[in-house]
Order: sequence, then structure tokens, then C-alpha cells
Amino acid sequence: MREVATLRTVLSQNVIDAAIAPPLMTARGLGCSIKGQRLVRDVDLTIRQGRRTVVLGPNGAGKSVLLRLLHGLLPASEGTVLWRGNPLGADAQDGQAMVFQRPVMLRRSVLANLNFALKVRGFRGPERARRAAQALEMAGLDHLAKRPARVLSGGEQQRLAIARALATGPDLLLLDEPTASLDPAATARIEALIGQAHASGVTIVMVTHDRGQAQRLADDVVFLQDGRLAESGPASTLLHSPRSDAVRAWLDGRLFVTTPQTQP
Amino acid sequence: MSLVAGWDQALSEIVLLSLQVTLSAVFVSCLIGLPLGAMVGAFRFPGRRPAILIMNVLMGLPPVVVGLMVYLMLSASGPMGVLGLLYTPTAMIIAQTVLVTPIVAALSRQVVEDLHQEYSEQFTSMGVGPLQRIMALLWDARFSLLTVVLAGFGRAVAEVGAVMIVGGNINHVTRVMTTAIALETSKGDLELALALGLVLLLIALLVNLVVMTVRGTAARASYA
Repeated sequence: MREVATLRTVLSQNVIDAAIAPPLMTARGLGCSIKGQRLVRDVDLTIRQGRRTVVLGPNGAGKSVLLRLLHGLLPASEGTVLWRGNPLGADAQDGQAMVFQRPVMLRRSVLANLNFALKVRGFRGPERARRAAQALEMAGLDHLAKRPARVLSGGEQQRLAIARALATGPDLLLLDEPTASLDPAATARIEALIGQAHASGVTIVMVTHDRGQAQRLADDVVFLQDGRLAESGPASTLLHSPRSDAVRAWLDGRLFVTTPQTQP
Repeated sequence: MSLVAGWDQALSEIVLLSLQVTLSAVFVSCLIGLPLGAMVGAFRFPGRRPAILIMNVLMGLPPVVVGLMVYLMLSASGPMGVLGLLYTPTAMIIAQTVLVTPIVAALSRQVVEDLHQEYSEQFTSMGVGPLQRIMALLWDARFSLLTVVLAGFGRAVAEVGAVMIVGGNINHVTRVMTTAIALETSKGDLELALALGLVLLLIALLVNLVVMTVRGTAARASYA
């Protein structure tokens, strides 16, 4: 326990270097085919504890599919995903939470949405109430606790979705374009929330289209092109001196079109 | 009209028994049909398509056929004859339950399936178990399911054939509004038949108004 607390302290200072941060999740030769179409193929990557990994790439590159594969929402057609060195299972499910591009709000109040997620994870009584109150405060939604979740604005709904995901205390938070179609003010609040989660020791994997957001948030970057890993590495390197043509073209705002590949 | 205005004793007895039988049948049908519909709507399993087909077909069960089947089950020579339920309100509740359950199950299946499509990934991500999933879907679809319950109520309260066969339309015992209307019409006592018909319409109107009000309020609060 002491080791975990120590690690969290270190992580909260955000000083863990990519080289020494222990791997939380690894994917080897990961691929996914749906209806004969290979959406993701031959992806090798390591998600390191306490790091913020941003997944970049053009539309249809397989970013959301990759996130779902890592979270176990889609079965891998090939390769493996390991969570703390073990295949995905109940342990991984307890340690992960995912927020979708379009937040899914239960037809209940804001507070009831939080309580449901906590109840599912087995939190009861005062502990559940404490966590729900903490999540509301963190998301800045305490004044809206009794409001139906579906009448909230897009930004508020996404903040609630993130707070709901964080309330259960995951080690890894997966975010699929959480700021898509939000205005700058709402985006800033979401980014602050993600920053808060990261500062408390939560590892982040986030899909985005936004280069600026990647620069603001990423420690590591994974760039996908046509379902393949085009390049990955520390953000400071990849976003400034990329090795691959795909990333260079994307950073320059040029169209990078490859010939579509069919399944062999 | 004077019968309704004066609220005749015989009329009230018939109306109360009708409501008792109908509401009991709808309640039991909901207990069976809602979880059944939710399970078929939310889960994928071998034989799901035939199950949906059967539920849809059973929605159109002819009441007299159901009445006959329940009669055969409850008659003295039938497998449940020892219970002595034939020509009792319980027999009428059983017959109406058989008629209403497929309606509740089939319609709730559609409602829950639509909602589950929206919730599915989120529930899987959260690690929601099968029972929690069913309970949550039924709870979140509660206002849409009111319409389903209303459809079941409509079917039960207007039903004649099955309750006539298994209830026997015995005065002060199993006479309900629909069977009384049929009897009084055949006897030529149109006054009581019309009074009962009017009450039946008023009940249907009242129930619809209540459901519409609840649904409207829920929709305004974005719970529906």
C-alpha cells in the first residue's frame, strides 16, 4: 500500500520520465477486423503509468477502434493486449474507465448518474455519497446535482461523463475525442478536468484530432494512419521532429493519402 | 344515463370487479412481460429471433382461443381442475394475463432494445452485470413503458371472449363490464348496456389522460 501511495505522490508531481514509468498496458501485434475490413493492424504500443498518451491520426485511421480494443469493448482479431502483464479481464475492467465522444447520459439526474456508476463498482452508503459529492465538485456540477443529466449542455454532459468515470477511482482513463464539437471555453474546462485527473495519478489515453490539444496535454503521442502505427514516441520529439511522412504531412496540414489496403 | 348519474349498486359491483380483474391481470403481465421483454431486448442469445417472432405472433392471440385453452386447463378434467378456479375472478385474471403478457413483452422488448443500443457500450465499459443492466434499462425506460402498460390495459379492459368462457358471466360473481354489456344487449336492456359502455369509455379516457400527463412531464424533464 505504501508503495502505491508513494507512486501516486511521485505521479502527482508529474515527474516520472517515460523511460522509467512502469508499463500499465501493452499491445503487441494488435489487430481488429470487422466484416472483412481490417480497421487496425500490427499495432505495438506501451501505455506507461502516469503518462498522458494522445492518439492522433486522420479520420478513419482506427483511433476509436484502438481505444475500444484497449478497453476490451471490441475483441482483438489478432495480437494481444496486456493489463499489468496479464490478459484483459475483471482486473482490467476495475482499473479502467472510458469516456465516449458522445457522452452517454442515463435518463436520471446528474447525481443519480454518478451514484449508478459507483453502485455498479460496489460502493455503498457514506463512501458512495462522499465520492459522488467529490466528483460533482471536481466537475463544477454541484449546483446541478438534481438536474436531469440530459438537459445539461454538451460541455457539462462531457464533464459529468468524465467525473462519473473518475468517481470509481480508475488507474487508466480512456477518452475518445472528449472535446469534439465543444467551444474553446468548454474545451478548456474539460482539459482542466483531465489535468486534474492526471495530477491525481490517473494515466490518460486520449484520442483527438486537435494538434493544439495534443501539444497542451500529451506526454506521449501515438500516430495512426490507415489502421497502422505510423509513429509513436514522446510528444516533444514526435510533434516537432517527426520521422514519418504521415505525421509530417499531418503537422504541415497537407493531405496525406495512401492507397486503401484490402485484407489479404 | 340516470344509472350512471345515480351510480347504481349493480353497476358499481360490475365496474369494481372489472377493474379488479383487469388491474390484477395487467400487474401480473407486467411482472412477467417487462423482465422478459427487457431480457430479449438487451441480450443476444441463440434462438433470439424465433423468440421475438413468437412474442409478436402471440400479441394477436384470439381471446376465445385463449379462453378455451384456459377453460380446458381449469375444467374439472383438466390438469389444474383440482384448484377449482373455473368460473371465478381468478380464472378471468389468468385468461387476461395470458392475453396481455405477450403484448407487454413484445412492446417492452422494442423499447428496451432501442435504449440498450444507446447504453450498451457505456454499460459494458462500467462493468454493469446482466441483472443490473435489466433493472437499469427498465427504470430508465419507465416512462416509455407506461405506454406499453397502457396497451396491455386497453386489451384487458376491453376483452369479452376469454373472460366469458372462463368466468361464465355469473351475476355478482364473475360479471364484468364487457360481459354485462354483451348480455344486456342480447336481452334488449340497452340502458344498462349503454351505461356500462359509457363507464368503460370514461375509464379508458381517464387512464389515457393520466399516462399522457406523466409522460409529458417526464419528456419535459428529459427523463423519457
